[in-house]
Amino acid sequence: MLNVLAQTAAGEMVEGLKAIGAGLGYGLAAIGPGIGIGTVVGNAISAMARQPESAGMARTTMFLGIAFTEALALIGFVVFILLLP
Amino acid sequence: MAGGRLSMSGTSALVADHTQVTPERDIARDLARRALWVAPAFVLVGAVGWGVTGAASAAIALVLVVANFLIGAAIITRAVSISLNALYGAVLFGYLVRLGVLGVIAVVLKGSGDWFAAVPFAITLLVTHLGLLAWETRHVSASLAFPGLAPQPVQQVTPEENHAK
Repeated sequence: MLNVLAQTAAGEMVEGLKAIGAGLGYGLAAIGPGIGIGTVVGNAISAMARQPESAGMARTTMFLGIAFTEALALIGFVVFILLLP
Repeated sequence: MAGGRLSMSGTSALVADHTQVTPERDIARDLARRALWVAPAFVLVGAVGWGVTGAASAAIALVLVVANFLIGAAIITRAVSISLNALYGAVLFGYLVRLGVLGVIAVVLKGSGDWFAAVPFAITLLVTHLGLLAWETRHVSASLAFPGLAPQPVQQVTPEENHAK
């Protein structure tokens, strides 16, 4: 009986640890793209402030840059959803 | 001094004009249109590999990718009309909020039963996001004349065709 209880507790603990690991991985994976998006947007704003006539071009490049950078976070999201018990 | 006033008003007019341009919204709509084209292929792959569950999961992933693009573009368009500082904050907080919403959706989908398949969902999400972006870069002009999508080539109409019409 004690053996069964211990096995159940161990199984639940593994599931819990998997959930914690998945959440941590997702959060950590979001840090890098966050920094990247900050850099992209900061430089785009700088470009728009310096040359307002090229603002449309800067916004296009910024949008695509943000979307590509977000793909990194999506990789973390995919790992999260696959690890989630 | 008059020249200075003229220059200032000219710059303001220029900035005002460029806030009316919405290249990111055009690109996001074009991405959504292309996602509709490729959607049947992903749903089919999901259905063949994982059955109805896979098809539904692939469809959900496609909807999430398109919604992510459209919401991101809408946030930028709205924030640019306010100010450049608002743009910075809106993009960063928009990114956080969208990731949070995706996480919540993932937890809800995983916990909602056996009808959700994680693998086709994950594959569709990643491949569609990156594939659509890579495809879109071929159709983006990003020039001063056409800041967003490249213009469609104009078909030359011969005089005979013109008369036929």
